[in-house]
Amino acid sequence: MRLHVGLLALALTVIGLSLAWYKHHSLGFPLSPDATTDAWIIEARLGFEPIGGAVKAQLKLPDAPPGFRVLEENFISRGYGIAVEEVDGQRTAVWTQRRPSGRQALFYRATLMPRDDPEAPGEEEPAPLPPPVPDYEEPYLQAVNSVLDEVRSRSADVATFAAMLMQLLNNPEANDNIRLMLEGKRSDVDRVDTAIYMLKGARIPSRMVRGVTLVDGARDLQPTAWLEVHNGQRWVPIDPTTGKTGYPDGFVKWWRSAADPAEVTRARNVNVRFASKRNQLDALEAAADGARGEQPAMVAFSLLNLPVQTQNLYRILLLLPLGVLLIVVLRNIVGVKTFGTFMPVLIAISFRETQLIGGVVLFTLVTALGLSVRFYLERLKLLLVPRLAAVVIVVILLIAMLSVLSNQLGLQAGLSVSLFPIVILAMTIERMSIVWEEHGPGESLRQGLGSMLVAVLSYLLMFKTGMEHLMLVFPELLLVVLAVVLLVGRYTGYRVSELVRFRNMDTGA
Amino acid sequence: MRWFASPRSLRRAGIAGMNWRNAALIAEQNPRRFYPRVDDKLLTKKLAQGAGIAVPELYAQVRTNHDASDMHQILDALDGFVIKPAHGSGGEGIVVVLGRSGTMFRKASSALIDHEGLTHHVSNILSGMYSLGGQPDTAMIEQRVVFDPLFERITHQGVPDIRTVVYRGVPILAMVRLPTRLSDGKANLHQGAVGAGVDMATGALTTGIWHNQPVDVHPDSHNAIAGLQIPSWERLLEIAARCYELTGLGYLGVDVVLDAHRGPLMLELNARPGLSIQLANRVGLRHRVAEVDRAAPVAAPAGARVAFAMQTFGGIVEPEVIRAASQAVDGPA
Repeated sequence: MRLHVGLLALALTVIGLSLAWYKHHSLGFPLSPDATTDAWIIEARLGFEPIGGAVKAQLKLPDAPPGFRVLEENFISRGYGIAVEEVDGQRTAVWTQRRPSGRQALFYRATLMPRDDPEAPGEEEPAPLPPPVPDYEEPYLQAVNSVLDEVRSRSADVATFAAMLMQLLNNPEANDNIRLMLEGKRSDVDRVDTAIYMLKGARIPSRMVRGVTLVDGARDLQPTAWLEVHNGQRWVPIDPTTGKTGYPDGFVKWWRSAADPAEVTRARNVNVRFASKRNQLDALEAAADGARGEQPAMVAFSLLNLPVQTQNLYRILLLLPLGVLLIVVLRNIVGVKTFGTFMPVLIAISFRETQLIGGVVLFTLVTALGLSVRFYLERLKLLLVPRLAAVVIVVILLIAMLSVLSNQLGLQAGLSVSLFPIVILAMTIERMSIVWEEHGPGESLRQGLGSMLVAVLSYLLMFKTGMEHLMLVFPELLLVVLAVVLLVGRYTGYRVSELVRFRNMDTGA
Repeated sequence: MRWFASPRSLRRAGIAGMNWRNAALIAEQNPRRFYPRVDDKLLTKKLAQGAGIAVPELYAQVRTNHDASDMHQILDALDGFVIKPAHGSGGEGIVVVLGRSGTMFRKASSALIDHEGLTHHVSNILSGMYSLGGQPDTAMIEQRVVFDPLFERITHQGVPDIRTVVYRGVPILAMVRLPTRLSDGKANLHQGAVGAGVDMATGALTTGIWHNQPVDVHPDSHNAIAGLQIPSWERLLEIAARCYELTGLGYLGVDVVLDAHRGPLMLELNARPGLSIQLANRVGLRHRVAEVDRAAPVAAPAGARVAFAMQTFGGIVEPEVIRAASQAVDGPA
């Protein structure tokens, strides 16, 4: 049986700790409540002037940009109907309104959290068909072929082929053929467009990606163009300026096409502005939001998904096992005597409202006053249950009086009694008075002090050691608490109090 | 004097701690389904009477508050009596009435109590004030034991009782609980009674313990405790041993009182006897438990088990001490 309990406790501990470790390490749940994490808020502002009639405005949206978790998305647009749809394989916000007037501004805002998981350099997608070779016209045919031949001779695979081509395109002065291809074209969009056009000559599938690079506090970010080539397994991003593969930190992939991100019917002066801003997020919130997006199984077990009110209840409920554990240790290993088994834990929870000093004073005052009333009631020779009820009523009256009194004196502690366990107090008074009569005032006061001591200790353990946060975020730690309780349940050694009690016994054998 | 004993030295002395008692004795030896046989004193009494074990006579039982107002007809016919809860524990809620003083009843503590006081006490018992878990209870009115004058020199009012711990039917330790002025005539160590160890072979007292401190004399009368011998000791042990068959509990406390007329009477049984008996005897339970497990004839009839106990665990008090003590009792008194 001992072994059985031991193995059970070991299993519970291992499960509890490894779950907590996984959540902390892999999902980023913080160990302490004040941890923050860097997050970015990006915003796209779509402005236009309607020219009359119903307006349909479309804005392309980022779709799981690599290197980021999307924590939250908002659409700010008064009076518009909004839908998020797939348009040409691209996630798109569609705003509609029957007859807007004046200059319009629609906002899309997202909170992004950088994540450092080893991201694949591109998306896994079925390979597209190799594009047909365009009908290049002279003199372009010759230029394309000569460039492609040159690049082919110096590259190993699709990615290096594209990178090499991009490097050549970046330096048009060095190569006549390139200069010919880029004649009159300056922008990065043009360069990427040209690269795509030329890659078709080598039958390499490629596409343009547009996105923004995050800058703290930037009001007018310019979207940049990137090239993606498909190497047979995945899309490989190529930096259009350096030819390097992979997206840099802070690049948010937004949409895929050379076209503008926005399209508005019956409007003019359409423009899109991008802004970004760094934001310190509560790490806990970020982790929970992030996990919600990708680990539904994990989140099903997370209390952070519950409504806030329920969460607040669990904040306290999950601390109870700690107080209970303390009681188990104090009673079975130390040998402290208390009134009622778990009564001190409930008292400790009420200290949360009143704060420690106020709670102790209040507890002592109410118990002392209640006790004297109880002694008076004893002389009336009432039946047990009515007498208990009378004590409950008296306790409530006492607490009300103390609240009024402390309000007059300007003390805060007396006002925060909402959770003070009145019935528990009444039971304590009843038990104390019985012990008082049966075992004398000394024993009664000793047990009263013991209860108070345990209550204070469990208050400190539960509310002053960061456990509140830890238990709410990692409720699986309860398994560890359970394991310890089980182990103490099989403890047959002496209690500390017994070492004192039997101190004169160790001479005989 | 030291403040602490090391766990190792206690283990060497065979001291049983609370946790060990709960795990190795109570959980192992006492099947819960037999608990009512000891927790319900009415049932205990019925079982004991069926087995021919002498118990104090039951005058009446009070089950309702209505009965409580009627009980005075019964009480008026009695001179002395004891009111106790059927499910009480630790001696709580017991009122001993020695006699009367006018219309009032005189308690063992020589305080007076009137009819209303007794009715209130009984109604407290009925509403479960003294029972485990506050369950509604029954009050018992039973014979007051006229205790053997033997212990008169070393007791203050009340009824001294003899607690024997029986392990698997073998008596392993015994102590006499002597009421003091402080304990208000109650034979409960927590309430300030003296506990005196007993030599298992002869029934002679060894030394006493008062408030966990060793004492040699009774704190009120200052008479020596050691050497006083309990009469019909073997019969008493046999009563204790037979309670094992009565209850089926392997770890059992048997409380016996010595009645001046009827001899040893079994007062009540306890399925969770405490550990103070080790202090009173200055002997640890664990060695004796191990000895019973090793060598005792646990399947034999009560007589053989008692013989084993007297032979194995006795012989602590020297015969001269017993002789001197009996002279002290017989001589000047």
